[in-house]
Amino acid sequence: MSSSISLGERLSQQGVSRRTFVKFCATTASLLALPQTAVPQMVAALSAARRPSVIWLPFQECTGCTEAILRSHAPTLESLIFDSISLDYQHTIMAAAGDQAERSRHDAMRDNKGQYLLLVDGSVPLGNKGYSTISGQSNVDMLIESAKDAAAIVAIGTCASFGGIPKANPNPTGAVPVSSIITDKPIINVSGCPPLPIAITAVLVHYLTFNRLPALDELKRPLAFFGSTIHDRCYRRPFFEQRKFAKSFDDEGAKKGWCLFELGCKGPETYNACATVKWNQGTSFPIESGHPCLGCSEPDFWDHGSFYQSLFPWERYKAKPGAGKGGPNH
Amino acid sequence: MTLDTDIIFTTEQQKTTGNVLPLLHEIRHALDTLVDEKIPTIIDLRRIPLSADDEEKLEAFLGTGEVRAEISALGPTVLQETQYSGVWIETHYNEHDEVMGKFITIATVPHILLAQGSDIEAGLTRLTHNLNTPLPSTGSSPDDPVEQR
Ligand code: SF4
Ligand code: SF4
Repeated sequence: MSSSISLGERLSQQGVSRRTFVKFCATTASLLALPQTAVPQMVAALSAARRPSVIWLPFQECTGCTEAILRSHAPTLESLIFDSISLDYQHTIMAAAGDQAERSRHDAMRDNKGQYLLLVDGSVPLGNKGYSTISGQSNVDMLIESAKDAAAIVAIGTCASFGGIPKANPNPTGAVPVSSIITDKPIINVSGCPPLPIAITAVLVHYLTFNRLPALDELKRPLAFFGSTIHDRCYRRPFFEQRKFAKSFDDEGAKKGWCLFELGCKGPETYNACATVKWNQGTSFPIESGHPCLGCSEPDFWDHGSFYQSLFPWERYKAKPGAGKGGPNH
Repeated sequence: MTLDTDIIFTTEQQKTTGNVLPLLHEIRHALDTLVDEKIPTIIDLRRIPLSADDEEKLEAFLGTGEVRAEISALGPTVLQETQYSGVWIETHYNEHDEVMGKFITIATVPHILLAQGSDIEAGLTRLTHNLNTPLPSTGSSPDDPVEQR
């Protein structure tokens, strides 16, 4: 339930100084591509924000998205912010189960009508309502019921955003993304398999600060994280431009760190921030470990042929002035 | 590699993006504004593609000034004044020493270095409380004489 205590008060009770909070806002504004002049507004709005009620529905999913977010490095200020939302329902992690859990969801929906955020991970099977149910209620019915009075919906991960692996050919369950069912609410897709945890936190922070979703690309993804491709920001890019490609995973080119394009890298068509934000406490991203990008944040990434089949022709992805900005088709 | 240096061109073939000189002119312009209008500026280095080499060049040109301050706030924040007084390099790290943000701050004092109002108030409350509470282990006050051993 949204609480009467503000986020600022809550953080200060947890021993987080205002200076630490200013630091968090400065770095989050930078991640969200906001000017630093927005930081004082962010500090004021965020510290005055009441804990928003959040209902999180996990549908047809592997729990990877939940793991990525909840097991992200501890204890950062991002995780404190995440702890500061009032997560009124998430059946994977909540102590309550069955009727008791469903009562919590209904209570939160009633008490925060029109104000709660709905988070969804996993796709929704339409083939047969019985394919995926929670407490006997089908995913589609629960989504429609929960979305009705939500302020906005955050689709977490590629399954909720675009259907993901459940929707892969031949799509045995008739899986669809959230946006195929809900068309009258603001929706943001934070895709990725799994999505970058900081992208989720930054979206929540933006929403709490400005009371609206951040700028989106044409697939409804936050532009600050999906505004350029992996290829745009890849450190192997000079080798791509020089046509120096590894031809196998253990040849001379692979050893010298050449471009993985001919090994199937989908980086040139994949909008995501892995190359800058990185994974595992900022250790690296897959290309740094010698593996091509699979393109997991794009629609139907599972059906684009083999992960090891290259995107041809090379010329199409050569650097052009102004390339890589503004969304997938630009 | 860090959040801010993993920008595209980092190999032998393309060591520079050509962005260092325009950036230095932007810093000069911001310093001019600070002198004339007392308005500070923060330049977010994440928004400007720079190679690792570019960053080295930029930092070498700016040099090191008299002040270096370190804040410990869920990971260190380092504020290094450059040889040009009023121009600071502000680097925020998290607890894992990843760079979370890097800025060139053109200001008399970077804002984050100032004690913040609500922290001062909380400090006053704590100080008042502690002065009125005997030390828990001994029941003594800070002014009690220390006995010779
Ligand atoms: S094709 Fe892949 S490995 Fe090569 S430069 Fe692009 S993103 Fe990097
Ligand atoms: S590097 Fe590519 S496949 Fe891997 S997580 Fe990022 S977008 Fe997905």
